[in-house]
Amino acid sequence: MKALAIDTSTYVMGVALVDDDIVLGEVITNLKKNHSLRLMPAIEQLMKEAGVHPKELQSIVVAHGPGSYTGVRIGVTTAKTLAWTLGVPLVGVSTLEVLAQNGRYFQGVVSPIFDARRGQVYTGLYGQQNNEFINFRADQICLLADWADELNRQSENVLFLGNDLSIHKDVIKAKLGEKVQFGEFCDHNPRPSELARLGLKTEPVANIHTFTPNYIRLAEAEAIWIANQKNKA
Amino acid sequence: MENDKYILAIETSCDETAAAVIKNGNEIVTNVVASQIESHTRFGGVVPEIASRHHVEQVTLVIEEAMNEAQLTFADLSAIAVTAGPGLVGALLIGVNAAKALAFAHDLPLIGVHHIAGHIYANQLITELKFPLITLVVSGGHTELVYMKDHGSFEVIGETRDDAVGEAYDKVARTLKLPYPGGPQIDRLATVGAPTIELPRAWLEQDSYDFSFSGLKSAVINTLHNASQKGMELSNEDLAASFQASVIDVLVEKSKRAALEYDVKQFLLAGGVAANKGLRNKLTEQFELLEIELVIPPINLCTDNAAMIGAAAFVKLEKEQFTDYKLNGNPGLELEDE
Ligand SMILES: [Zn+2]
Repeated sequence: MKALAIDTSTYVMGVALVDDDIVLGEVITNLKKNHSLRLMPAIEQLMKEAGVHPKELQSIVVAHGPGSYTGVRIGVTTAKTLAWTLGVPLVGVSTLEVLAQNGRYFQGVVSPIFDARRGQVYTGLYGQQNNEFINFRADQICLLADWADELNRQSENVLFLGNDLSIHKDVIKAKLGEKVQFGEFCDHNPRPSELARLGLKTEPVANIHTFTPNYIRLAEAEAIWIANQKNKA
Repeated sequence: MENDKYILAIETSCDETAAAVIKNGNEIVTNVVASQIESHTRFGGVVPEIASRHHVEQVTLVIEEAMNEAQLTFADLSAIAVTAGPGLVGALLIGVNAAKALAFAHDLPLIGVHHIAGHIYANQLITELKFPLITLVVSGGHTELVYMKDHGSFEVIGETRDDAVGEAYDKVARTLKLPYPGGPQIDRLATVGAPTIELPRAWLEQDSYDFSFSGLKSAVINTLHNASQKGMELSNEDLAASFQASVIDVLVEKSKRAALEYDVKQFLLAGGVAANKGLRNKLTEQFELLEIELVIPPINLCTDNAAMIGAAAFVKLEKEQFTDYKLNGNPGLELEDE
């Protein structure tokens, strides 16, 4: 089964083309450049080089966030439009879950991190159980300091992954001490071939039209509006 | 039939998610618009992040509806067209990326369209354009007089130096505490009231085709303020009528002068504010006297829609002005660079 995987959730842009258990190719950059401009040219070039026509695709996999709102929307819009118009299944996968795969063989738990500003991060907890790498704690947004405290209450070692860790390393170290390990620099990009692999074993979305990013957060205007309504009541 | 050319057009530059199929650049096959106005009303204006979120929810649905109603397949299309700018960048990106995906999946040419070129070409869905022509573009973000000597050629001969007409309407509506969107409310009140309150008209330099509405807006606010200080009650209806009269006087006078100076065959009205009845009526009356053909699209083609984008795209299809997959949403796209 030929599947195309797309991730534009963070500064990392990833595109992978797989055929069953063969990675035909993947493109990955970690640049502060415009995904909207570069995504479709990257897809076109990868598929051209692999000699795969769009109509041969049998599945589209997309990283549905969390991440940059605009970034995730670019990938999701491209993916859902491709899947709908080609009449093939669409699969959404957590971007944090994709990143966590880079620590699949770590003895302990894995916490993938994307910075969410003002001391906050998007994260979740992943790890091995019965030879399967699974999600222990759902993707969420939280204060990094609180998250580190929470992880300190359990005994397992924690591997942190993510390109934004440089901002948070000191706090994590101070809170978790010996328990913590950080990935090597080359472990911090969510890899699109991992996204494709996860996509192939994940149930496709029931309705492509209604598929949206997993923003995790409400739009700011909406959150403020809801708070104001509560104050009035 | 075999030579018929169909374009699927997509528009997501603000708060309408729209898709349309246009035949030969002048015939609407289907025209689907999903409006978000209800979700923005409680915020008193369009919230860009909310608009972008809605576009993602709606985009494939409206495209499917436009294609299904047209009873066409992608193989029947000659091109995919999309609004490339100007507009809200996050909103534009949804249409642009959806359009790129469709063009790529079906090996179709991709055409980027300027939103204002779209508004102008809404007129081509009504009648054949006759050049040279001038068009008055009035919307929430634009107030421009555009001269066209031929298809696809746009020369902006005048534009607003501060607020767009639609912006001025919204701000005055807010001052009068009218519900959002305020423009149609003022238009409605103006028909009831009388233009009895003295308000300024910004003519600017004698030969200028530029506009300015911020002074007028301030004058309305000051008039209200002064009245309330004196304990006087001003009629909202009269204020609306006076404000509208001032706006329309300037728009219509400059339009007439431009039409005569450029000796045009046609004068077009375009943009969301073209739905304003006061403006329609005054223009109709004045251009009848000038004996210059005036074209005003029906209201559903004045407000944002994708049919107009398909009409404008047809000019580029004929000239094979296609874009590659680097096409991006550009909030500051210039009309004259089209
Ligand atoms: Zn518009």
